[in-house]
Amino acid sequence: MTATLPRRRTGSPLRGRSRPLEPVFRGLLLASLVIAVIFLVVLLSYVLIEGWGRLDSRLWENFPSKLYPERAGAQSAIVGTLYVIGLTAVFCVPVGVMTAIYLEEYADGERWYNRMIELNVQNLAGVPSIVYGILGLGIIARGLGVGRTLLAAALTLSLLVLPVVIISAREAIRAVPGSIRQASLALGATLWQTIARQVLPAAVPGIATGTILALSRAIGEAAPLLLLGAVTHITFNPESLTDAYTVLPIQIFNWIKQPEAEFHVLASAAIVILLFILLAMNSVAIWLRNRYQRRW
Amino acid sequence: MTTTRDFVNNPPSGQVGQRAPGLPTSVKQEFHDAPDLIDPIFEVDAVSVFYGDYEAVRGVDMKIGQKQITALIGPSGCGKSTLLRCFNRMNDLIPGTRVGGKISFRGEDLYGPDVDPIEVRRRIGMVFQKPNPFPKSIYDNIAYGPRVNGVRKGLDDLVEETLRQAALWDEVKDKLKQNALSLSGGQQQRLCIARTIAIRPEVILMDEPCSALDPIATAKIEDLMQHLARSYTIVIVTHNMQQAARVSDRTAFLTAEVDPAGVRYGKLIEYDQTSKLFTTPADERTEAYITGRFG
Repeated sequence: MTATLPRRRTGSPLRGRSRPLEPVFRGLLLASLVIAVIFLVVLLSYVLIEGWGRLDSRLWENFPSKLYPERAGAQSAIVGTLYVIGLTAVFCVPVGVMTAIYLEEYADGERWYNRMIELNVQNLAGVPSIVYGILGLGIIARGLGVGRTLLAAALTLSLLVLPVVIISAREAIRAVPGSIRQASLALGATLWQTIARQVLPAAVPGIATGTILALSRAIGEAAPLLLLGAVTHITFNPESLTDAYTVLPIQIFNWIKQPEAEFHVLASAAIVILLFILLAMNSVAIWLRNRYQRRW
Repeated sequence: MTTTRDFVNNPPSGQVGQRAPGLPTSVKQEFHDAPDLIDPIFEVDAVSVFYGDYEAVRGVDMKIGQKQITALIGPSGCGKSTLLRCFNRMNDLIPGTRVGGKISFRGEDLYGPDVDPIEVRRRIGMVFQKPNPFPKSIYDNIAYGPRVNGVRKGLDDLVEETLRQAALWDEVKDKLKQNALSLSGGQQQRLCIARTIAIRPEVILMDEPCSALDPIATAKIEDLMQHLARSYTIVIVTHNMQQAARVSDRTAFLTAEVDPAGVRYGKLIEYDQTSKLFTTPADERTEAYITGRFG
């Protein structure tokens, strides 16, 4: 055990050896950060500069037009996006959180079927979104006869983000210290009382953050919705679950396809709107996390 | 006889100072003789605890007296905490745990087929090693137990009475709405004890309640334990022999042994009145442990 370190002369100076790799690694890490930030800044400023001229009330007051770019707006797409995301949240949050509670608090992790569920949830999070689109078209729109409607879109996006919601909710639940559960159970609380009164309130910030980030993914999805009817030219707001609809990513895509440069400007402006909605959602996530954060 | 409330209002002077820790390692202690075990609250009969196939604690027999403080001492890994957790079925929460033998609580088999572990824990409370208040207000911490047990009315009085019993009222009465995590470690632990007595259990199990606390906080908790022992049965696991000597009526010494197959397991070596166990231990392993030769 002794004598593994070289013995130093007691009088040796405290001057260290030169360690050239330290600054190199530091530089590399900083460089990767800079690259990411530069790309983001370039993209954002390009979109802002390009779309600035059309970033006015016409964008959210008017409906799309294929002929008159100066009159065209994206109201149906903005409203459609908000509806789709709202409904997706309504569908996926309860199911996702309850699944997470089951897996974390009730399921016996030793059982093969629980392990299989876990493994599948993790794999499903990695399935390409277009596959969910095909699934939604085949089963929800056609099989269940929902049609290519707002409801079908929300259900499909719910399936798409459900694995992410489950995984983040599980992590939030797991982060609640076991000592809190034990304290509650030792006071004669039932498992459900413990979950409802201690575990879930403590896990709310994590669950909310994860959910909103998952929904942020869904809000930018175009691929699955291409298969589910959003692709059509929609000049009215959806009013019921069974209405046709469109969403911002699809509207942006449609405008970029057009040959006239004015439509491209319009697309950039719509991208700014989409980013703004995303930013607002993320702010809510951050606010929730700070508001309810607990320290142990 | 002074009641707990008398004590709270007129604490005996110098109590904390006299009990201040730092006893010399050779335990010099005024022992009072514990009453005989006429009417034990727990009867432990050939109890073994299994984690899966591993038998962690083997063949424990002991009786625990009502309204006494019983200490479980022994080196790390001797199974004292494991044994303690059998008394309120907290071991049920660890998958794969099984208890062999029989533990009776007031003559009733704790592990009987009709026994509801929730009901067991309502009558046998537990305080943990690390203070674990809920991240809620002091008031809500105390009121939690009664609330989950269906109490809706009179919570204000109950909270005050409980905090007075736990000698914490004067320190927290002006900040009942404050988060419990803002209290010091020692106050948090006394809050956890108060939280436990808020549901008026018959027994309080304490799993090394002072191991995370400084000597002054420890002394306060020891005082509190002695006053609670007038109304409650207390079973305490402790690493600290002086603590066992100071507070308990009876002490059980457990140690880890290795069986012929090379498997370590916990075993009860000696169980007696604290005065006797610390002055004239019957077993040489007990003597070796209490004199500091191992453990």
